[in-house]
Amino acid sequence: MSTVVEKPAPTPAPVPAPAAQSVSVRPSLRIPIILGVLALVALAVFGFGAKSGVDSTFGLSLRADAVQLSPLVVASRPTAIVLGVLCVAIAAFAFWQAVKHRRTPAWLLAVFGVLWVFAFLVWAVAGKATSLVDLLQGSLLLAVPLAFGAFGGVLCERAGVVNIAIEGQLLVGAFAAAVVASVTGNVYAGLLAAPVAGWLLGLLLALFTVKYAVNQIIVGVVLNVLAVGLTSFLFSAVLKPNAATLNTPPLMKPIGIPLLEKIPLLGPVLFDQTVIVYAMYVAVVVLTVLLFRTRWGLRVRAVGEHPEAADTVGIDVNRTRWRNVLAGSATAGFGGAFLTIGYVGQFGQEMSGGRGYIALAAMILGRWTPIGSLGAALLFGFATKLASALSVLGTPVPSQFMLMLPYVLTIFAVAGFVGRVRAPAASGVPYLKG
Amino acid sequence: MKLELRGITKRFGPLVANDHIDLVIEPGQIHALLGENGAGKSTLMNVLFGLYEPDEGEIAIDDAVAKFSGPADALAAGIGMVHQHFMLVPVFTVAESVMLGHESTRRGGLLDLDAARAKVRELSDRFGFDVNPDAVIEDLPVGVQQRVEIIKAMARDARVLILDEPTAVLTPQETDELIEIMRQLREAGTSIVFITHKLREVRAVADVITVIRHGKVVGTAEPSAPETELAAMMVGRAVSLELDKAPAEPGDVALEVQDLLVLDPTGARVVDDVSFEVRAGEILAVAGVQGNGQSELVEALLGLETPLRGSVRLGGEELVGLSVRQVLDKGVGFVPEDRSHDGLVGEFSVAENLVLDLLFDERYRRGLSVDLAAVQANATARIEEYDIRTRGPAQPAGRLSGGNQQKVVVARELSRPLKLFVASQPTRGVDVGSIEFLHRRIVSERDVGTAVLIVSTELDEVSALADRIAVMYRGRVVGVVPGDTPRDVLGLMMAGVPLDDAQRQAAENPTTETLLEEGEAP
Repeated sequence: MSTVVEKPAPTPAPVPAPAAQSVSVRPSLRIPIILGVLALVALAVFGFGAKSGVDSTFGLSLRADAVQLSPLVVASRPTAIVLGVLCVAIAAFAFWQAVKHRRTPAWLLAVFGVLWVFAFLVWAVAGKATSLVDLLQGSLLLAVPLAFGAFGGVLCERAGVVNIAIEGQLLVGAFAAAVVASVTGNVYAGLLAAPVAGWLLGLLLALFTVKYAVNQIIVGVVLNVLAVGLTSFLFSAVLKPNAATLNTPPLMKPIGIPLLEKIPLLGPVLFDQTVIVYAMYVAVVVLTVLLFRTRWGLRVRAVGEHPEAADTVGIDVNRTRWRNVLAGSATAGFGGAFLTIGYVGQFGQEMSGGRGYIALAAMILGRWTPIGSLGAALLFGFATKLASALSVLGTPVPSQFMLMLPYVLTIFAVAGFVGRVRAPAASGVPYLKG
Repeated sequence: MKLELRGITKRFGPLVANDHIDLVIEPGQIHALLGENGAGKSTLMNVLFGLYEPDEGEIAIDDAVAKFSGPADALAAGIGMVHQHFMLVPVFTVAESVMLGHESTRRGGLLDLDAARAKVRELSDRFGFDVNPDAVIEDLPVGVQQRVEIIKAMARDARVLILDEPTAVLTPQETDELIEIMRQLREAGTSIVFITHKLREVRAVADVITVIRHGKVVGTAEPSAPETELAAMMVGRAVSLELDKAPAEPGDVALEVQDLLVLDPTGARVVDDVSFEVRAGEILAVAGVQGNGQSELVEALLGLETPLRGSVRLGGEELVGLSVRQVLDKGVGFVPEDRSHDGLVGEFSVAENLVLDLLFDERYRRGLSVDLAAVQANATARIEEYDIRTRGPAQPAGRLSGGNQQKVVVARELSRPLKLFVASQPTRGVDVGSIEFLHRRIVSERDVGTAVLIVSTELDEVSALADRIAVMYRGRVVGVVPGDTPRDVLGLMMAGVPLDDAQRQAAENPTTETLLEEGEAP
């Protein structure tokens, strides 16, 4: 040992970090300002703009329900004003927090959202009646294909492959489910066929993006075009002439879960559904655990964030990507089955109608997590359902505006209004070994 | 464990990166692999680690031939590697990073994070690291990230640890701590392969030195060999490590930076109220560990980044608010830190790259078109003047070696009259021969009366070039000191210690390297 080794290593002096290091000079007032504008809209338009002297009626039970709740009836104008005032209060609190360089808690933002939507509903339904159960149930059903599409996206992107082909996967899933269910006369056979169709499309996606390192966006778009072309051709050439044998699948029957379905309001909405909806509940839990609590998930996330690092600890990057792309595509295909055998009852040309892209948006808004994706899918489903409900009621807002909501929300989300949205770092980048 | 490389050859197309390399790493030794950038050290280690498949040759462990088809095999054989660019997932915690690839699980296949945390704590205590297993990687300073990498390797019971240019991102004091860790590991029986091009460090810690040049082993040396001898082996000819330069004759203040404040997109102050001045005919070097705001400072000077407030005056004229083009036209020459991204267009020819920002210039213009003859003549002249090794002016610049690429950038920037010359990392990834040349060229630019601002993370370079040194830490200038300030003091200042404290501490705790230089060490 030398004299040098025996000396204690010189410890660097504790460095006083400048206090204002990571604090920006001006508080970010973006969120409070947005909240403020929305709150004022709620108060001025929905609150004081509501017709006075009329009631808004919300049905809380369907006719077939075991427990009948009497409808919720509120005086439109005062209720909307109260809700608007609450919104203003939350916005003011958020402003105060921002000035003091504190973040507004996320749950408060959620409360704001719920209050705001209620203010809107009270205003829109003033003098009329709508069923809350129907609204929620419809939202849930519309969210199903979006959620499965988003889960498929999460599986692919967490491993570093962008899956633009969700749209195509939903479409081929819907097609396969309809045909197989019609031919066999068994909905569950159709339900199994859908993920296989998605898987086959995923095979092409993985082949080109992982093996041949082609630009993932381009391959995805091409696959969507392929799916539209293929199903449209088969639809008009084969399905239409033989609609009775090939395109009249049985519909899935809702299966009530004993006891749970008896819960007032929530029971009929959540627990009297088809297998595919229950599969969604299971999928969100299983995927979350798999991704964030297991060895498989840790490795997948490493591959999606820093493939070189994964490689240097002996993880086969491209094999992981192959598996995930196939699993993700099959998941999206499974969601496609809902369109035909879960909802509409037959296949129609281009019936996915852009849901794949909205699913992609749901995944982004949900920050690449299964739970977030489901939440975003429910939100988008709600917006869509609301649009159709309101157009039936004939409310002042054109339904097209409501249909714009998912896209507007996504743009806000991607622009970073709901905190930092960060994609897996290696998403979209092919991995090529040196 | 005895590790042997026998006749390893690795080709990339026509380029032979490793040419029949033989290397024996004895157990419990620190084996330094010395060579210039591009000599083939990293390629060799990537072969050893299973990332590249060798075209010829074999690897033997304890005299038995081993076949690695991927890093997994190398890891299983007890070989660990700390890469020059850390292989850590930024969003993972330390525990997750350490367990990745060999995760222990609990019932039901769930990750056993507690076991990973315990492992991190145990190794962290054993080596005296202070690493929190739940810290997120991206929040950790690079020095700590490096420790995580070492823990990662040791958690897999690595018996041979490869360290690829581990000191590139460290201050001299951190380097000293790393050297201490390396010695500890050696005491514990781990063999270490230490890849570097820094002669001081090799002499401070190595047991055996193997020198590699142009993909071949050119010889071995004892750590006691003088630096000049090692340098000569590394470069292939005698080189002078000292730069002879006359004392500066500073003129008037040319560049005056005042209270410059630059924020990054998240609102953090990356350049924090920086003020300094550079006189005509002097070299001011900005020293600091990578990522302490130097890059942003330079970008703000050039107009690539808009400062929130503050002023940059060149010869009394305000530069803030001007476009990059306007700034360059005021007589500013700029060598960016990443030449292949920002300094050159790799697919363009050498001749085109030599006039890349000069096409507005009368000299290279004829009406609306480019005067191709003038461009060609300029290329021939610059290639001659700067001794740029190329197959001709038409060769794509991206195909040149690092040193020659840098010469193209510097030649272009110095080929017009300047008031201020700004160079970021002027010799990063450049061979020793070219470093000598570029340094002399920078000094001669100073001597014609240009103000020169150098940003460098290499203390050797800073000490060689600077007339005055500004040390940056976390966006602030810790102090501006004379060019002959001792390395230890600069190193402490690079960690944020103010000048007075730094001088006192440096006197009390000299680093190993300094002791070695003064002849007190083994």
